[in-house]
Amino acid sequence: MPATSFILRLSVNGDPRECAVTPGTTLLEALRYEMGLTGSKQGCDKGDCGACTVVMDGQPVLACITLAMACEGRAVTTIEGLARHGVPHEVQDALDQSGGAQCGFCTPGILMSAWALLERNRNPSRDEIAQALSGNLCRCTGYTKIFEAVEQAALRMRAARGER
Amino acid sequence: MSQEKPRSGTPAIPTGRAMPREDRLSPPNWPEGRAAAPNGTFSTIGKRNRKVEGLAKVTGRAIYADDITLPRMLHAKLKRSIHAHARILSIDATEALAMPGVHAVITGKDLPAWFGIIPWTEDEQALCEEKARYVGDAIAAVAADSERIAEEALAKIRVEYEVLPAVTDIDTALSHPEWKVNEKAAEGNISKQVFLEFGDVEGQLAASDAVVEGDYWYEGSTHAPIEPHCCVAEFDATGFLTVWSSTQVAHYLHRDLAKVLGLPTQRVRVIQPVVGGAFGGKSEPFSLEFCSAKLSMITGRPVKILYTREEVFYAHRGRHPMRMHYRTGIRRDGTLTGVDAKIAIDGGAYSSFGLVTTYYSGQLLTAPYTMPAYRFDSTRVFTNKPCCGPKRGHGSVQPRFAFECQLDKLAEKIAMDPIELRRKNFIGEHTRTVNGMRITSNGFLQCLDEVERAAGWSGKFRKLPYGRGVGVAGSMYISGTNYCIYPNEMPQAAVHLRLDRSGRATVMCGISDIGQGADSVLAYIVCEELGLELRDVRVVAADTDLTPVDLGSYSSRETFMCGNACLDAARKLRHDIARVLADAWGCEPAQVTLAGGIACSTRDPQRECMSVKDAFQRAEAKLGTLGSVGWYQTPKLGGDYRGGTIGASPAYSFTAHVAEVDCDLETGFVRVKKLWVAHDCGRALNPVTVEGQMEGSAYMGAAEALLETQDFKPAAQYHGPGLHHGPSLLDYRIPTSLDTPEFESLIVESIDPEGPYGAKEAGEGPLHPSVPAIANAIHDALGIRCDRLPFSPPAVLKLLRAGDARAEWERARRPLAAAGAR
Repeated sequence: MPATSFILRLSVNGDPRECAVTPGTTLLEALRYEMGLTGSKQGCDKGDCGACTVVMDGQPVLACITLAMACEGRAVTTIEGLARHGVPHEVQDALDQSGGAQCGFCTPGILMSAWALLERNRNPSRDEIAQALSGNLCRCTGYTKIFEAVEQAALRMRAARGER
Repeated sequence: MSQEKPRSGTPAIPTGRAMPREDRLSPPNWPEGRAAAPNGTFSTIGKRNRKVEGLAKVTGRAIYADDITLPRMLHAKLKRSIHAHARILSIDATEALAMPGVHAVITGKDLPAWFGIIPWTEDEQALCEEKARYVGDAIAAVAADSERIAEEALAKIRVEYEVLPAVTDIDTALSHPEWKVNEKAAEGNISKQVFLEFGDVEGQLAASDAVVEGDYWYEGSTHAPIEPHCCVAEFDATGFLTVWSSTQVAHYLHRDLAKVLGLPTQRVRVIQPVVGGAFGGKSEPFSLEFCSAKLSMITGRPVKILYTREEVFYAHRGRHPMRMHYRTGIRRDGTLTGVDAKIAIDGGAYSSFGLVTTYYSGQLLTAPYTMPAYRFDSTRVFTNKPCCGPKRGHGSVQPRFAFECQLDKLAEKIAMDPIELRRKNFIGEHTRTVNGMRITSNGFLQCLDEVERAAGWSGKFRKLPYGRGVGVAGSMYISGTNYCIYPNEMPQAAVHLRLDRSGRATVMCGISDIGQGADSVLAYIVCEELGLELRDVRVVAADTDLTPVDLGSYSSRETFMCGNACLDAARKLRHDIARVLADAWGCEPAQVTLAGGIACSTRDPQRECMSVKDAFQRAEAKLGTLGSVGWYQTPKLGGDYRGGTIGASPAYSFTAHVAEVDCDLETGFVRVKKLWVAHDCGRALNPVTVEGQMEGSAYMGAAEALLETQDFKPAAQYHGPGLHHGPSLLDYRIPTSLDTPEFESLIVESIDPEGPYGAKEAGEGPLHPSVPAIANAIHDALGIRCDRLPFSPPAVLKLLRAGDARAEWERARRPLAAAGAR
């Protein structure tokens, strides 16, 4: 029988959003099916693959095992929120240029984890990158080009922001 | 050992041609050949370009099947068997149908037609009618307002089963023919048998200086693309069916949908949205496509089915487990003599591509090494487990593992460096294999040189301390198959190319991009031929209403075949435009170049010059609307014997790997420090995507070697046999960013005379040597032979404790040390 709905209010990619959710609705379902933000992907539905990774208040979280109602009042950034005014973020551009997105299905999750890393560490080592992406399974690339892309993005971000 | 004769009663399966081979189309034979740059130097080809869909993917805008939501769309779920083998006595859906929000329930009776990807082995139904053949076999489907309601309804469908004895391994399948898994099998549980012999194997082995005999086990594994299978079907008011599916074979799906649903093919449209990985796992129709279509026909509403991750593991069609026995002979000077293989293949419940798998298990071993005599005897059996099928390197990864390990053992036996032994037996280029396959370009020697140099082989092999080691292996693979899987003589790939007066080119092709960059290959070729920028080419792909037929993304055929079709179409238009401009400028058409957005004459490029857009308009004014068709069909290929066309390909790629491992003696844990991958892809149309394929392949091979097992539980207190041991991405251990080895990609370009600009495949070949290179490296490190997959810590520890590994390790390095001292 249909469960009672509640109105969830949160910020998504800087915009205030509200949508009706049931207690069982996941954040991923709310984003994909209620808000039309289909960039975040469902690869396993149980927190194993990382394709649904979004960033909530600076931390990467798995949207498929986060209940929507637990996000009341939180600030969520999804893959759709990385580009500014249609210009891809450095990490998006670097991933495209380096061939780090093959089928592209893990890509939104990879990018959100990488972005969260780069926001807190502008000069990560290869090991730190691998650690930060260890919750995101990629089946196409063998990860090499993804590591290279994150390093490239870090370089570009430091240059763009006058950091060394 | 006495050689077993092939069993009688092999199913009579034609190797399949409806028309005489002489009627075959032949591709255009340009005087300048296929390999050359149109203007002398390449402007797009060979450059580190982006992919056409890359930005859509990194910004989250690419639309995958599950991103499609249509008005009034219903969601459907499949009811699956809980038994590995059971007769279905009755199905009662009354209670499910009575639930609010449930719109329809279908069972096997609603979709009774048999289908199968190979037309001679149609042994599957969309929903099982009489019998379930593995845990997870689909038996009913429910369409409801939401996935959750559909799921609740599944629990209310009552199925009465009569449980039958389950066959869960090769030996039981052979010893209990009366426990018939698949009634369509001609004999017992035999799915397919192939016995082929070329040359005098016994004579060659008898005349050898050394013969190595070995037993090998290749564990099953699955593709595990990160995108689960998904499809949306809409049967509209005019009786027209549209299916959006995460498939890699839109054309075959188109045919099978029409057949199973009883619709004319011209009223079915299949569209492949962006696909989130496939690796062979989406190369045939699945229950979800038939069921969503049927449910849409019944309800008059669009219906979506999205498999759960668990369902993806049961849908499977992945790597066949193979038990292999090899005898390989060699002369003291390192020349291979005879090769004898006996292979048993665990196929699961259905045939899938199994007929081809059985042939491939033998047919694809005969290069890059020459062998005077070769024989294989392969048997694929049915078992009550999810059906195996084509996984990246279909059918040939397993025998390649065994054979390359054999070569390592032979090298040790005659005290020869294993790279040297491989060089010594190089088959050469422009030659023929012992089983009649035509080899064109062959860069294998250069591959060996590259990995030897890059890995620092001579300073490492037999020289690293105990626990560390290096190993080498080689392989070859096809660039597409010689024939379509249903017999016909029509082109295997085709392209429609339209030029617009705006300066845009639109390429339409049935090509299936599954992440490898197939769409981009078409764009690069059009840019190269017509002098366009990448952003001025639009690729419309894999939509059976809009695009001419391409057979799909399997057997590494897209770059070679669609590339050739595209080259054909683009070259026709380039010649047309060059002729119009040459007339205008009073020069020869050969003096007209199109490059970098500019059309000019080489005679006076300052004055005789205009934009490509203006050139298009000039040509349109002279010739009318601009468009062309291009197509590709393979030449007559293969050996002149039954089955001789299976394994035949217009070009073969070649690969060599060196693996370096570091093993923990306490735990048996093997870490692959690095894999050097050298691959002859003919020509790298885009080095970035070729490297991506090389790295991804080597990664997948390393994963199979060390981690992955698609295996099933025996019966226990609360369940019967045939339950997957862990159908999730946590339990099924695919490597994370922390587990993946380091890769070094070394592209080798042999420039194939028949490939588009000389290109061959890169997507599957580079997987093959990973597994044996790692096994051989473990031997160099520890003195043990890993002849069974996976090389997991318990398996390695067991081998370490079984004999005196250290003494074997010491012994293995003595002859080379002695040779060094001389």
